[in-house]
Amino acid sequence: MKGLLKKLIALPVIAALAAGTLAGCSDSGSQSGTTGGENGIFRTLDEIKSSGTIKIGVFSDKNPFGYVDENGEYQGYDVYFADRLAKDLGVNVEYVSTEAASRIEYLQTGKVDVILANFTVTDERKEEVDFALPYMNVALGVVSPADKVVESLDSLGDNDQIIVISGTTAETYLTENYPNIKLQKYDTYAAAKTALENRNGVAWANDNTEVIAFSMQNEGYTVGIPTLGSNDTIAPAVTKGNDTLLNWINDEIKTLGEEKFFHADYEATLKDTYGSDYEEQLVVEGGEVASN
Amino acid sequence: MQALGIDALFRGSNFLRLLGGLGVTLELSLISVIFSILLGIIFGVIMTFKNPVVKVLSRIYLEIVRIMPQMVLLFVVFFGTTRLFGWNLSAEAACVIVFTFWGTAEMGDLVRGAVTAIPKHQYESSYALGMSKAQTYYHIIVPQTLRRLIPLSINLVTRMIKTTSLVMMIGVVEVLKVSQQIIEANRMTSPNGAFGIYAVVFLLYFIACWPISLLAGHLEKKWSN
Repeated sequence: MKGLLKKLIALPVIAALAAGTLAGCSDSGSQSGTTGGENGIFRTLDEIKSSGTIKIGVFSDKNPFGYVDENGEYQGYDVYFADRLAKDLGVNVEYVSTEAASRIEYLQTGKVDVILANFTVTDERKEEVDFALPYMNVALGVVSPADKVVESLDSLGDNDQIIVISGTTAETYLTENYPNIKLQKYDTYAAAKTALENRNGVAWANDNTEVIAFSMQNEGYTVGIPTLGSNDTIAPAVTKGNDTLLNWINDEIKTLGEEKFFHADYEATLKDTYGSDYEEQLVVEGGEVASN
Repeated sequence: MQALGIDALFRGSNFLRLLGGLGVTLELSLISVIFSILLGIIFGVIMTFKNPVVKVLSRIYLEIVRIMPQMVLLFVVFFGTTRLFGWNLSAEAACVIVFTFWGTAEMGDLVRGAVTAIPKHQYESSYALGMSKAQTYYHIIVPQTLRRLIPLSINLVTRMIKTTSLVMMIGVVEVLKVSQQIIEANRMTSPNGAFGIYAVVFLLYFIACWPISLLAGHLEKKWSN
């Protein structure tokens, strides 16, 4: 009997402590008026406006797209746009540091209103979230030594090998579309870089932003193929079904196109890394992708 | 210093930000540790009960904690509770819940081990001396249990401090995330920053965990007499 008594006392104590933990720490100022949709929870445009703060998920360690500077301020191409969105909406902005793997979850659970974290538009992702109009192009690129520039993958010699980093879209694309090209695969960025410097391969294929940045930082290398393969775009994303916010962002992107906003964004944030030559290739203005 | 990339730490308020990140790490882990120790002691005592239902339930709890990676638990608590129940836990609250959930199970198992390791003759001798059950626990059993527990639980506490680096995945900017931000923001000017700054982060973790080990050693010595 004594044992039973102990149990009966212990269980409610645990329950009470656990409840205390939950109550004490849960966000008491939680969002009011959160709307539940079939594919997620979100706040409509009016709810964001009346709350006075928009929550935007950005990268905090992807220089120069979204990063934190030495004064603790968020900066970068994505953040420059996010600041403007909040300003034109007339609300304050709260940045949430996101990781690539959790971007969709953040939207589907309404923990952020918008994701502006270098989010590439893909068909799989379209099933999960709603993308607004694009504001940047992304494609593959190929960099090679300046004295022997590779300008086309069709003119490679039989023994010419292309350097790739394992697991990147460049590897997938080349394997699928150029099965005859020999690939040299490296696990890390540093190893691939050394391989190119040692001329183990004739060229290095990677995201074009990466190869452009590489050629800018290293003398004697030229991006012979600045865009390769399918031209993907980077766009803001909102929770699926949040049409009021989506439409507002789309209108905003079109309006901003008239003042060449994303060109100004590029000049302010990306020019130091990519130079002026690639501005037209990377920037998408007014949501309209130029066909090239 | 230039070669190690530590110079990036002295730009702007970078070093203060890193210390602020350490503060977040320590705050989250200390709150979780306090809850874990309190709840773990209770859970440990419960696990010593002979009731089969209690045994099975605590076994299931313990196995769930052991099998589930903390990363998964974090996602379940932070995102899952919003999906299922519409709760909007802050990221920090989700961390405290997950680490308390984990710490309570581990601490409970340590307590159970320490309690059952007390030889039966200790109880019997004390009853023979005419002590009541309460007196036996207060004077004989609990002091010996605590002494056995200290080294093991210190190990758990330092492990919890280190594991909080996972919380960056749900948006909490702690010391490791701040260091990654600093490395990335300065990758043009300090390309070797990763080495030097991670070395500093290593030192910070060491400074945070070392006093706890010292305290444990001190207590062990003090109580061994």
